[in-house]
Amino acid sequence: MIEWASTTELFWDDWLPIVFLGLMGLSALIYVVLDGFDLGIGILSPLVAKEDRDLMIASIGPFWDANETWLVLAVGLLLVAFPTAHGAVLGALYLPTTAMLVGLILRGVAFEFRIKGPMKHRRLWDTAFFSGSLMATLSQGYMLGYYILGLPTGWAAFAFASLVAVGLSCAYVLIGSCWLIAKSEHQLQQTAIRWAIRALIGTAATMVLISAATPLASERIFKAWFSFPNLLWLSPIPFLAIALTWRLHTLLKDTSNETHTAHWYDSGRCWSPFAITASLFVLAFLGLAYSFFPYVVPESLTIWDAAASRDSLAIILVGTAITLPMIIGYSIFAYKVFGGKATPLTYS
Amino acid sequence: MEALLLARIQFAANISFHILFPTITIALGWVLLYFRIRANNSSDPGWIQAYRFWVKVFALSFAMGVVSGIVMSFQFGTNWPGFMETVGNIAGPLLGYEVLTAFFLEAGFLGIMLFGAQRVSQRIHTLATFLVAFGTTLSAFWILVLNSWMHTPAGFEMRDGVAYATDWWAIIFNPSLPYRLVHMLGASALTCAFLLAGISSLRWLWKDNTPGIKKSLRTGILMAAVVSPMQVVIGDLHGLNTLEHQPAKVAAMEANWETGPNVPLVLFGVPNEQTRTNDFEIAIPSGASVILKHSPSGVVPGLNDFVTADGGIMHPPVKPLFFSFRIMVGIGVLMILVSWWTAPQVWKHNEPKRLNAMVLVAMTFAGWIATLAGWYVTEIGRQPWLVTGILDTASAAATHPVPLLGLSLATYLTVYAALLGAYIYTLYHLAKTTTRQAERELDPSQYKGAITGALS
Repeated sequence: MIEWASTTELFWDDWLPIVFLGLMGLSALIYVVLDGFDLGIGILSPLVAKEDRDLMIASIGPFWDANETWLVLAVGLLLVAFPTAHGAVLGALYLPTTAMLVGLILRGVAFEFRIKGPMKHRRLWDTAFFSGSLMATLSQGYMLGYYILGLPTGWAAFAFASLVAVGLSCAYVLIGSCWLIAKSEHQLQQTAIRWAIRALIGTAATMVLISAATPLASERIFKAWFSFPNLLWLSPIPFLAIALTWRLHTLLKDTSNETHTAHWYDSGRCWSPFAITASLFVLAFLGLAYSFFPYVVPESLTIWDAAASRDSLAIILVGTAITLPMIIGYSIFAYKVFGGKATPLTYS
Repeated sequence: MEALLLARIQFAANISFHILFPTITIALGWVLLYFRIRANNSSDPGWIQAYRFWVKVFALSFAMGVVSGIVMSFQFGTNWPGFMETVGNIAGPLLGYEVLTAFFLEAGFLGIMLFGAQRVSQRIHTLATFLVAFGTTLSAFWILVLNSWMHTPAGFEMRDGVAYATDWWAIIFNPSLPYRLVHMLGASALTCAFLLAGISSLRWLWKDNTPGIKKSLRTGILMAAVVSPMQVVIGDLHGLNTLEHQPAKVAAMEANWETGPNVPLVLFGVPNEQTRTNDFEIAIPSGASVILKHSPSGVVPGLNDFVTADGGIMHPPVKPLFFSFRIMVGIGVLMILVSWWTAPQVWKHNEPKRLNAMVLVAMTFAGWIATLAGWYVTEIGRQPWLVTGILDTASAAATHPVPLLGLSLATYLTVYAALLGAYIYTLYHLAKTTTRQAERELDPSQYKGAITGALS
């Protein structure tokens, strides 16, 4: 018996995977910005004395848990919308996935244990907080590197993935520093500005290397970038990225020389480095998204090959359409409740 | 086979570690809401003291649950790709709804609940506490829907070896869900009740007389006294439901080999799968028939019905089910006895006798053991299936090399053992420092040393 698919069904078969790819990308982007800053704070945490470290950790304390939920959503959407891809990607990245999870476990519980455990164990949990944050960040970058190349094996891929791991660490440190610029005052804020300058240079340098290596490593991406008229469409991305990097660098230099009025440091304007960095993340994300489309496993599986059944996707889409605006709404509310400069956290 | 076994041990280790913490937080969230509401409407300082102590335990347990839960969400892809490939169309939306409706809700309002008391109105803070408790329970609901569906699948059809949903209502309210959900919520209430009672008794034995301790102890004991008998009834109903849908599981729980009437209730014995009999059996005649069929002549299924003509074993391993079931029931009975023994004292005098307090301290984590034993019964009892009748466990596993699995398993086991130790130690430390702080406030002259406990 032949079943004739109606045009609407064909329409949804074409579009639902794209919608889900978009939702997954959005979750991943929100995750990288939000957990990026709190992982960055974790990596920076050993560089300061105890009081400042407590304040840095207090600045992310009410948020880290909700931030990590975006990772669960991104992986969850991969799982539900593209089940075959989920198995293929996570199976190939078994070891770095395990390393990332152990890192996230260590840093997540350290928030609690360092405060609630005895004083004499605090150094141990601070170390767990730092090393867990670094481990999670490096593994995420490493996985991203392998993913860009389409999950190959060999030394060249290892070197490329390691480069991306370093690049992502710099980027997380950058956005973590920018978060701290907005959330801290006086001495710590000045320190954060200096960290941001160094992290920006590191991020920019690794981004240049990665951008140069990517089209050389992947023939498909080379074609996607350097054919006409794609080149024209894409050109705003690198130019905007260079302009924003330049602007951020100037801004940070100026603020570190204290040439700005005192007002800058405690008004909403001290959020501008964070905003610029987040925009840089968006640009990098758009570049990546363009390079991958329509693959969900680069070079082997497109979103249409890997998609779950239409009915299942539709039922999740309804749920997502209703809940996502609410989630974004109460997340903003939570950020507002803990707005302003960070203060020590209390339960009472 | 070796790789499959390692993957199964890893999943079992992950989920066993994970379930310890939601089992506490599901019920503790509602207990905190109760403390919060009592504190709002009362001048008794006990309620807010109880809230402030237990909210720290909640925060710690919640963090442990979150990080181990994230590991769970990755395990499907890393170790069991066949699961999502076969039943992804059903499991996917259920997991998706869990994240969207529950996980975000609890994580989103947790910060306000923990640290926001000074930053929002009392009403919003109470609302945040409610939303966290509600989110935690909703999360349990979705996860139990999926788990129950794996035991008693319904509302789907198979096309080319892949499950497609035909009736979402039937999928969500599948035959075993109501029993499993209520039984698990009961387990959470009892685990939380004995944790409340155990830690409060410990502090009471340290001569800490702050009002908050008596409030927590009273809440814990009364909760245990009410819920523990209910749990027996629910457990019995759940067992009857299992008998209907997964008879092999019940046969293994009872270590009953032959189908027939007048099946005895084996009180003790060692099931022997080689001889297919029980060694050292002590049994009550017709006991199992009475419990399962409510009549001595009731016909109860036996394990030998689940052996194929060519000798293939299609029932779960008998020993783990038989013993886990007895551990769970044993602790359940103990919980009834202890809570009914102590409840009158606490009801009348607001404090327990010394002996009762010591027994309660010993039973602080009794709920954990019973919950794990219960989950082992139901999960091992589903074997050899991953999804009953649709997908067997072996076909869902990823083909990773043994050394790789060994490495990840060893890593997880080390981390989990260390964290479990740290968790229990930290609970003890929290109790100790809170008691010391109370002593200092009562008699500041005796405690001139610097305040060390970082209890804000």
